[in-house]
Amino acid sequence: MSEEATGRKGARRGSWKLAVVVLFMFGFGFALVPLYGAICQLTGLNGKSSSMLVSSDVKERVDSNRTVKVQFLTTVNGGQVWSFSADQAQVEVHPGKLYTVYFDAKNQQDKDVIGQAVPSVAPWNAAKHLHKTECFCFSQQPFKAGEAKHMPVRFMLDPELPADVDTVTLSYTFFDVTELAQQNAPKSSTPQQTISPKS
Amino acid sequence: MPNLSPRVNLVLRSIVAALLGLGTFVARAADTMENAYWNMPKGVTEISHRVWWLHMYAFWICVVIGVLVFGVMFYSLFAHRRSKHPVPATFHESTTVEIAWTIAPFIILIAMAVPAAGTLIKMYDTRNADLTIKITGYQWKWQYEYVDQGVSFFSTLESKANAARQLHSGIDPKTVPNYLHDADNYLILPVGKKVRFLLTSDDVIHGWWVPDLAVKKDAIPGYINEMWAKIDEPGTYRGQCTVLCGRDHGFMPIVVKAVSEPEYEQWLAQQKGANAAPAPAAAATPAATEVAGAEPAPIPAASAPAAAPAADAAKPAAAAAPAKLGHDELVKNGEKIYASTCAACHQATGQGMKPAFPALVGSAVVAGPVDGHITQILKGKNAMPPFGPQLSDADVAAVATYERNSWGNHSGDVQPAQVAALRGK
Amino acid sequence: MAEAHAHDDHGHDHSHDHAHGPDKGIMRWIKTTNHKDLGTLYLWFSATMFIIGGLMSLAIRAELWQPGMQYFDPELFNQFTTMHALVMIFGGVMPGFVGLANWMVPMTIGASDLALPRVNNWGFWILPFAFTLLLSTFFLPGGAPAGGWTIYPPLVLQTGNSFPLLVFAIHLMGISSITGAINVVVTILNMRAPGMTLLKMPLFAWSWLITAYLLIAVMPVLAGAVTMLLTDKYFGTSFFNAAGGGDPVMFEHIFWFFGHPEVYILILPSFGIISTIIPTFARKPLFGYASMVYAMGSIAFLSFIVWAHHMFTVGIPLAGELFFMFSTMLIAVPTGVKVFNWVATMWQGSMTYETPMLFAVAFVFLFSIGGFSGLMLALAPVDFQYHNTYFVVAHFHYVLVPGAVFGIIAAVYYWIPKWTGVMYNETLGKVHFWWSVIWINVTFFPQHFVGLAGMPRRIPDYAVQFTDFNQISTIGAFLFFIGQFVFFYNILRCALWRTGMKPATARVWEGAYGLEWTVPSPAPYHTFEDPPHVTDAESPWAH
Repeated sequence: MSEEATGRKGARRGSWKLAVVVLFMFGFGFALVPLYGAICQLTGLNGKSSSMLVSSDVKERVDSNRTVKVQFLTTVNGGQVWSFSADQAQVEVHPGKLYTVYFDAKNQQDKDVIGQAVPSVAPWNAAKHLHKTECFCFSQQPFKAGEAKHMPVRFMLDPELPADVDTVTLSYTFFDVTELAQQNAPKSSTPQQTISPKS
Repeated sequence: MPNLSPRVNLVLRSIVAALLGLGTFVARAADTMENAYWNMPKGVTEISHRVWWLHMYAFWICVVIGVLVFGVMFYSLFAHRRSKHPVPATFHESTTVEIAWTIAPFIILIAMAVPAAGTLIKMYDTRNADLTIKITGYQWKWQYEYVDQGVSFFSTLESKANAARQLHSGIDPKTVPNYLHDADNYLILPVGKKVRFLLTSDDVIHGWWVPDLAVKKDAIPGYINEMWAKIDEPGTYRGQCTVLCGRDHGFMPIVVKAVSEPEYEQWLAQQKGANAAPAPAAAATPAATEVAGAEPAPIPAASAPAAAPAADAAKPAAAAAPAKLGHDELVKNGEKIYASTCAACHQATGQGMKPAFPALVGSAVVAGPVDGHITQILKGKNAMPPFGPQLSDADVAAVATYERNSWGNHSGDVQPAQVAALRGK
Repeated sequence: MAEAHAHDDHGHDHSHDHAHGPDKGIMRWIKTTNHKDLGTLYLWFSATMFIIGGLMSLAIRAELWQPGMQYFDPELFNQFTTMHALVMIFGGVMPGFVGLANWMVPMTIGASDLALPRVNNWGFWILPFAFTLLLSTFFLPGGAPAGGWTIYPPLVLQTGNSFPLLVFAIHLMGISSITGAINVVVTILNMRAPGMTLLKMPLFAWSWLITAYLLIAVMPVLAGAVTMLLTDKYFGTSFFNAAGGGDPVMFEHIFWFFGHPEVYILILPSFGIISTIIPTFARKPLFGYASMVYAMGSIAFLSFIVWAHHMFTVGIPLAGELFFMFSTMLIAVPTGVKVFNWVATMWQGSMTYETPMLFAVAFVFLFSIGGFSGLMLALAPVDFQYHNTYFVVAHFHYVLVPGAVFGIIAAVYYWIPKWTGVMYNETLGKVHFWWSVIWINVTFFPQHFVGLAGMPRRIPDYAVQFTDFNQISTIGAFLFFIGQFVFFYNILRCALWRTGMKPATARVWEGAYGLEWTVPSPAPYHTFEDPPHVTDAESPWAH
């Protein structure tokens, strides 16, 4: 066999290997999605982390020497489907103690809608120290036309909250997911831990 | 380009001075650069001064490296051309030299990285803020909420500039003061206070930037970002949206007006006072603009909890029955609101722009029942955003009346009470 | 650019189906699997796209001549900026480099053709379809994509009818690039002439080997990202939609994981070209051959861990911000090594300044200016002020136009005598050079100033104080564009109207080394059917 023929044969074998690499990298693009989720979870990047989840680790260990301000921000995405607000714009809390605050949302439209509240925490390094045992953001919230809801959020800042954090901002953005929910039919968001979400 | 040459001249002179790169020339150029309109502004915060210093520091390092490397190169291009240097050398490697010029850049980089890291750490320190402003980006306007105060309002491109920036408007932008850098409502901030900004967006990603404050962050729907500034000097500082956000990305000005603390308190009280009073929004508008160019943002009655819910604060008060307004007054106010709010899409002529933006001339909505017309303005439809949060009942009534009585339309007047009745339905 | 070699100088018959020279007429170009034909097609395609993309940039510059909206609706302006970038990157620069790789990689390593000739044909012929599809969106109701070439959601999801076409076109371009890249890798690894060890290989082939690996690694990631956009828009997924648990910022991470290596895909082949041209005209071997290879390797590696420097303002935690700042600054080290090596190659050479050398010298100087502004941009706290302003526009145009594009132009001047058998007109070449180098600086240097002064990028209209610099920039852009027709005329003459032009020798340039110069000019339709003997004389960089 001539050198060139050997070369071409090797080349064909090589190109199949590279084609596998291409497929792998295509998959890797999608694998970045859970990877990114995991990194966010771990570090609190982008204010996600445990604020998305039901926490089981809620043993109260009150640190009454320390007071942290918790601010609540409410946003309604894309217009005025709802009126949405926190009962208290901010509260002073001790780390390690459970608190309950209430949010009010009212469907402003004369048709039924489904809402999903998306939480976000600032600063980022506080995100993984904010634990919630009850939150309307755990699942999609159906609203009848004109329906108003008074919704509790039960949360705790754990005592490991970095010492340099004096204010934690918890933001909820309400999205209209009526269409999305219809497209994805009965897909229930499954919280990781024990306590079942209140809907 | 009438007044171009002196400026170009200045630029050229500065470049020459920079290239000479030594002694007094550098000092003089540096001095020029401090106030040059073509350089980064030094700004009015401690952080902006540090950033400016870093910028110039990095710039001069680059200039020095450039002068050295390209000095050698141009010397070689000149001295080692064939006519002067007919026999080329044959060397083509030297481990010593190569190691040296791998390590030398490291040292320079460390000298740049250390102060940069220091400044970055300071920028990320949002603790002990005196007040918090929530900034929400919309296509294509900003909403400012004074989180601790329950004051909230929208800020859009000032109406003269908005008229001038229309395609073939025939208006010379040079005749519009602060063209594209002026807004109808300013963000009023106290000097000497640490202000924390929380950014989010209603639709797509926007970017909030004021060069003089050296703050820039993206506003992302569903997420909040934070940054801070402590302004040292009173003044008006201008910027604009920096993340491509669709058609009118170039027309989202940001204007911050920094005032002394007493002035700020006075302004704030006025906002709350204006909000608390059951006066119709139309009457309150001119009064408040005098203070600071900011429209009052009504919050629900004074009986609401001190920390008024933000979302409700954005909603104009509709409690008291608004007064009936005359036809002329409605049309006059409506024309102004139309120019600043509607003309971007529907055009000043009401002809719209097909296919995205329908004409209002002979429109079924405008010619049709009043309720449908009002509802569409309040709640939007398809590409049209809801204007309910932004416009008061009187505003909606005025603009609807204007539309129903212009460009050959004759479908009657609309009163604020009709709007109030439909709001929230 | 070369259609002459209709005969086979070697006359060997290796029972290849293409052994008897090209077909006649249009079918030659449609059916060809010859690397030289396909190289030529790629280069013409690239030239066409440069003109189309260039016309869009002129539309942009015309609208920015003065404040106010004169010619276009803002939406159309956004379509121009978006399409200008897509056309220039995926239609101009990348096919230009692939064309050069087609022509020169086999010839510089002593291979008879690329390893997969038919794949090569498909890879090219996908491109005209991809770009017809993409450009046709201008004529759809709602127009072309206008969300920027970075296609960030949620904005890009507001795109109308053109959105699926955009995604499909990107997929096609991706397939084309990936097949081309695979072809280059397997050719270089398997088809080198005996005795051509990797460390004797010319740097152009080296630069393409590294580029091809980058393409294979990141183009599929882009394909994945746009597929996710597609399903988000039409199939109810929520990869990037916060409402469904997604995150728009994640798209930026995935995009720039592709995007930053992509930036180096656009510059590494130019590094190879410049490293070939400077030694030729300095008549002195390249200084630090091995360190050049290692530097390119380091740059390619670093390109995977710096992506978030495009996103300093999206709100990355402090630790992440510091990491990406430091890793980005590190790139200055291998890049610096390359520049120093080029200067050291010139040092004590015996230089003449023919057109390819002029472009190469301009590359070193102007690319470095882009490198300096890149170093400034790497400093995260200062980047907050630069980000998304014209300072960034100036930066990446300095590395892409006097960088990538000057590299392509220099390569065309350098090798066209080999392709066509005649010398281009040197006077016109020099006119083209001086015209280009002056007006490209007039176009882009003022953009540094206007960016620092506060003008954001991607805006159709601007505050009055930015007028002067924008006018200078617009003048420069129009004059630069016009000057390129001198270049097109010059190469058209070499390719088509050869009568009366000076024939080229086999070696062409006195100081040139490498296997491509051992075959006659014009290069025969088939070269190295018998593998050449590699002598040390043709690789003086490796002793």
